[in-house]
Amino acid sequence: MKGILKIAFKLLVNDKGKFAALLVGITFAVFLMVMMTSMFAGILHRASSTIINIGAKIWVMDPAVNTPANSIPMPGYVLDAARSINGVKYAVPFYSGAGLAKLRNGVYQAVTVVGLDDASLLGRPDLLQGHIEDIYAENSFIVVKDSEYPKLGSPGLGAEFEINDNRGVIVGIARVNVGSLFGTPTLYTTFYRAIQYIPSMRFTISYVLIEPKSVADIPHIKQQIQALGYQALTKDEFIHKVSQYYKYQTGLGINVMIMTVISFIVGLSISGQTFYTFILENLEKFGALKAIGAKGSELVYMILFQATFTALTGYGMGVGLASLMIAFAKLRLPSYAAMITYTNLGFAFVMVLIIAAISSYIGVRKVLRIEPFDIFRG
Amino acid sequence: MANLAVKADKLVKWFGEGEAKTYAVRDVSFEAYFGEMLYIEGPSGSGKTTLLSIISGILRPNSGTVTVEGKDIWNLSADQIADFRLNKVGFVFQDYHLFPKLTTLENAAIPLILKRVDWNASLNMAAKYLEIVGLKDRAQLPPVKLSGGEQQRVAIARAIASSPDLMIFDEPTASLDGETGRRIVDFVKKNILNESRCIVIVTHDSRIFEYADRIIKMADGKITGIVTGGLREAECL
Repeated sequence: MKGILKIAFKLLVNDKGKFAALLVGITFAVFLMVMMTSMFAGILHRASSTIINIGAKIWVMDPAVNTPANSIPMPGYVLDAARSINGVKYAVPFYSGAGLAKLRNGVYQAVTVVGLDDASLLGRPDLLQGHIEDIYAENSFIVVKDSEYPKLGSPGLGAEFEINDNRGVIVGIARVNVGSLFGTPTLYTTFYRAIQYIPSMRFTISYVLIEPKSVADIPHIKQQIQALGYQALTKDEFIHKVSQYYKYQTGLGINVMIMTVISFIVGLSISGQTFYTFILENLEKFGALKAIGAKGSELVYMILFQATFTALTGYGMGVGLASLMIAFAKLRLPSYAAMITYTNLGFAFVMVLIIAAISSYIGVRKVLRIEPFDIFRG
Repeated sequence: MANLAVKADKLVKWFGEGEAKTYAVRDVSFEAYFGEMLYIEGPSGSGKTTLLSIISGILRPNSGTVTVEGKDIWNLSADQIADFRLNKVGFVFQDYHLFPKLTTLENAAIPLILKRVDWNASLNMAAKYLEIVGLKDRAQLPPVKLSGGEQQRVAIARAIASSPDLMIFDEPTASLDGETGRRIVDFVKKNILNESRCIVIVTHDSRIFEYADRIIKMADGKITGIVTGGLREAECL
């Protein structure tokens, strides 16, 4: 069998024009599919940046909340009630809101303000410069050094600015795991300073963050929070909720899906058509092989091998090209959100296998129908 | 009398149904022997290619039997017939049907590769067959770089690579000039034909009739006569 597959391999790769066209088709399709799905995955990842960066195990929120940025303030008794639930190790308030910073040069810049629990500072970022205890000093803020950092004029320690008509001072420069989606710089401060500086409604707590005593306590905690009319989600559940929201309620998911399907159709059209032409041009040769004594199953193996080899090579090239493109884009554009996940790769792989299966099905049908007698008849 | 290689008995083959039904072979019987170069000759549409396909295990007859070495080949399963063709029959097609994307050597090795002989061993054996047909120095060239006569010889090397008992040539000189065609057939008779091999050639090229041991003449799907001994071109006209 190895020898037959070697013949199939040589027939394929020695036909350089066709082989190149097949590879271009599949590579292009994989590249587009991976780029589209990676971009979507990156957007979803960044949409959950607050959840990932803060890292709390359980998030309590109003059931109508869809994304961390659009929180609905909750009354203080939710925090008290959460603290009294059996199985809760501790519960802290958390603030997330939008502010308006006025820089020293007079430029206004929208910012995301994150208010950490004053006592525990749960969810504090890793500091690159400064000391975390300085956050308790007057008017103190910690700025996140991410792709949006230059929008605040790349402030150093001690830099002053105004935030919602209050004085602000940078006391720390931090880094976070995931940058934000919406293109605004992020400032960390204490919960009470945040609710003092940023205008809010009667209620002030954006989220209550809970640390359970053990994983086994989580269902009970969720049940008790639900009884209050609120919702408690684990970190992964909250990320999933955000993801579902962007996929099905914003139109983003359907648009990305349409583009991905178009990429698949383009790839299938180019590869299917080229592979069909390749088979047609070699049909007499396959017939000759059949006349010489090749069995139908051997010809099927040859075609399957050719289709699979092309598909996998094109897949590798497409993934490689997409990875290079994303890596290069991230070097030049720090806010570029795309990220390749195993799910993206798996999805593109399945799509490529479908392309290979359809292309080889067409070829196999044609080859199995050729009669060796047709070779004699000319 | 030499040993019997092929026995065709009352072969009938038609194509189409109803009003479109056309008989290609009608009640044809003949025998071919080892060590013999047998020609099947006749005008276009006389059924000679159909007959050749039936006796080589390519086209199933509507009735009649083909016995090769004592076995009725049309009682075999599809895979067994494929094995029969691979192991017992060597084909030289009219258009050669060489693979342009493989080297001459790889082309000659195809039957061996189909027989699951190791790749390198196949190429080594094929090199010997290319030497027999005088193309050893052309082994690494693609067939398109060879002349028509050389391509014909590659096709012969491929056909003999599986050491067949029966060799089938379909219009071997149709694409060659007269002199090259004669040289090829002369070469086949002197170097390829032997006591354990039977060669059947379909042709209407009277210039090569002189090499035939016997000539079966066909017209309208029937055998109209069998001539023993090579004929000079003039005798056929």
